[in-house]
Amino acid sequence: MLNTHTKNLYQDVILDHNKKPRNYRVLEGHSHMAHGDNPLCGDKLDVYLTVDENNVVVDVSFMGDGCAISKASASMMTTMVKGKPIGEVETLFHEFHKMSTGKLDPDAEPNHLGRLKIFAGVRDLPARVKCATLAWHTLDAALKGERKVSTE
Amino acid sequence: MIQTTEAVRNTASLNVDRIREDFPVLGRMINGMPLAYLDNAASSQSPRQVIDAVKRYHEFHHSNVHRGVHTLSQEATGLYEEAREKIRAFLNASSLKEIIFTSGTTDAVNLVASSFVEERLNEGDEILITHLEHHSNIVPWHILCERKKAKLRVLPINDRGEIILDNLDDYLTSRTRIVGVNHISNALGTINPVKQIVEAAHRKNIPVIVDGAQATPHEIVDVQDLGCDFYAISGHKMYGPTGIGVLYGRQELLEQMRPYRSGGDMILSVSFDKVVYNELPYRFEAGTPPIAQAIGLGAAADYINSIGKETIRNYENMLLEYATRKLGEIPQVRFIGTAKQKASLVSFVIDGVHPHDVGTILDGEGIAVRTGHHCAQPVMERFSIPATTRASFAFYNTTGEIDRLVAGVRKVIEVFDA
Repeated sequence: MLNTHTKNLYQDVILDHNKKPRNYRVLEGHSHMAHGDNPLCGDKLDVYLTVDENNVVVDVSFMGDGCAISKASASMMTTMVKGKPIGEVETLFHEFHKMSTGKLDPDAEPNHLGRLKIFAGVRDLPARVKCATLAWHTLDAALKGERKVSTE
Repeated sequence: MIQTTEAVRNTASLNVDRIREDFPVLGRMINGMPLAYLDNAASSQSPRQVIDAVKRYHEFHHSNVHRGVHTLSQEATGLYEEAREKIRAFLNASSLKEIIFTSGTTDAVNLVASSFVEERLNEGDEILITHLEHHSNIVPWHILCERKKAKLRVLPINDRGEIILDNLDDYLTSRTRIVGVNHISNALGTINPVKQIVEAAHRKNIPVIVDGAQATPHEIVDVQDLGCDFYAISGHKMYGPTGIGVLYGRQELLEQMRPYRSGGDMILSVSFDKVVYNELPYRFEAGTPPIAQAIGLGAAADYINSIGKETIRNYENMLLEYATRKLGEIPQVRFIGTAKQKASLVSFVIDGVHPHDVGTILDGEGIAVRTGHHCAQPVMERFSIPATTRASFAFYNTTGEIDRLVAGVRKVIEVFDA
């Protein structure tokens, strides 16, 4: 039995995405890409996107090394944003960021987070917020045309 | 045989239950579990004796030092200088002039870089460090080398995490201006053959600075026996307060050195045309020093002496052997750092589980360990890993706490199906 805080975070879904990350590859012919770094933890990942002329994310992938939280977050992010217009992706990024830092209660306030709500537990673990948000910051940087992002 | 008997006797003479009562924080509950504090290499806890010494100073004696003729100022000066004497004795330095209070090990290394090495370092010269160093004994040298177009050279380590000394003489060249080495590696626990390195360097008249941050809480440190030129320590690694450290420097060298920071207290006389610097050690202590913290550090040295360094070492060796054996029984655990001479810490990885996940799950069990690169990224790169989990022990830890660590690690493996 795990302690409540950690049990909330290390749920089967997260453990599964950590072990079998989805869209875990280099995306050939991508239109956007950025490298994300979490220097304190040593988490490193690359996010690739293909955005079409209608500003829809038609494909997305990631590669990298990190803890279970950062890897599962990246994996679930790719499954959530694929097929969405950039505007909706940006909304998700802001909501995810607010939820992770405890500024949005996904069970009490309207949001589009869906299954990403599983990461709400990181708000109780300040040291791990950066792990959960690294992939999202990297995706945001890629869409803005920045090649590199650091959580520091 | 005699040694074994001695070790058993000394271990027996450490009453850990009694000692734990001196450390208020050890009574805390974390996430519903009693705190098992196994992050002593990052920062150790303070006993009531240290906390009380700092508190007493603030309640009764606080004033500025070396300035006033009034009672409080004289008392504060007396306590501050008494702390210096305690540290002198603790390190077995030959003179009080050789004990400079700094803000910590990092500050002490920077002092030597700035006041000693800088003016002796020219283009093409070399600074020699080891692959085991903490960032605090890398970055000041890197910056200096960059500015002076000098070369930073690095003694390699082997797969056990020991410095390879075979070609030491080739690394000590006519261009080497200083050697920097840590006494004990904070990342792996290796106890380095500092004396041997000092002797080799001195045969070529090369000075040596030792980063002793990890050594003072565990080892008997005798700067005269080591023969080193500089020795840097931090208060908070040896059960004292944060914000205080010490640079030991050989008087002969300190006397040749220019001031580090400048301002009040480090001068004898000031006019707009001429400044006469103060004598040692005050020349290197500009401004109002961390008085309360220095007094706390003195109390920490007293506390360590009251238990006995030999007793501490024997007890901690027992903890190290126990933890190594118990964690070693878990097949998924791989130790990083298996030196023959080791201080009481274990650094390890679990294949398939990132150390930060280990750290979070252990914290949920009330167990505090360090996870990360331990400010020693080159060490991590040497072993091709991003980070490790590190449990570092103090004399107030118990085998029961190590059992909880082992159970926690088994739980991590179960959760991650590693």
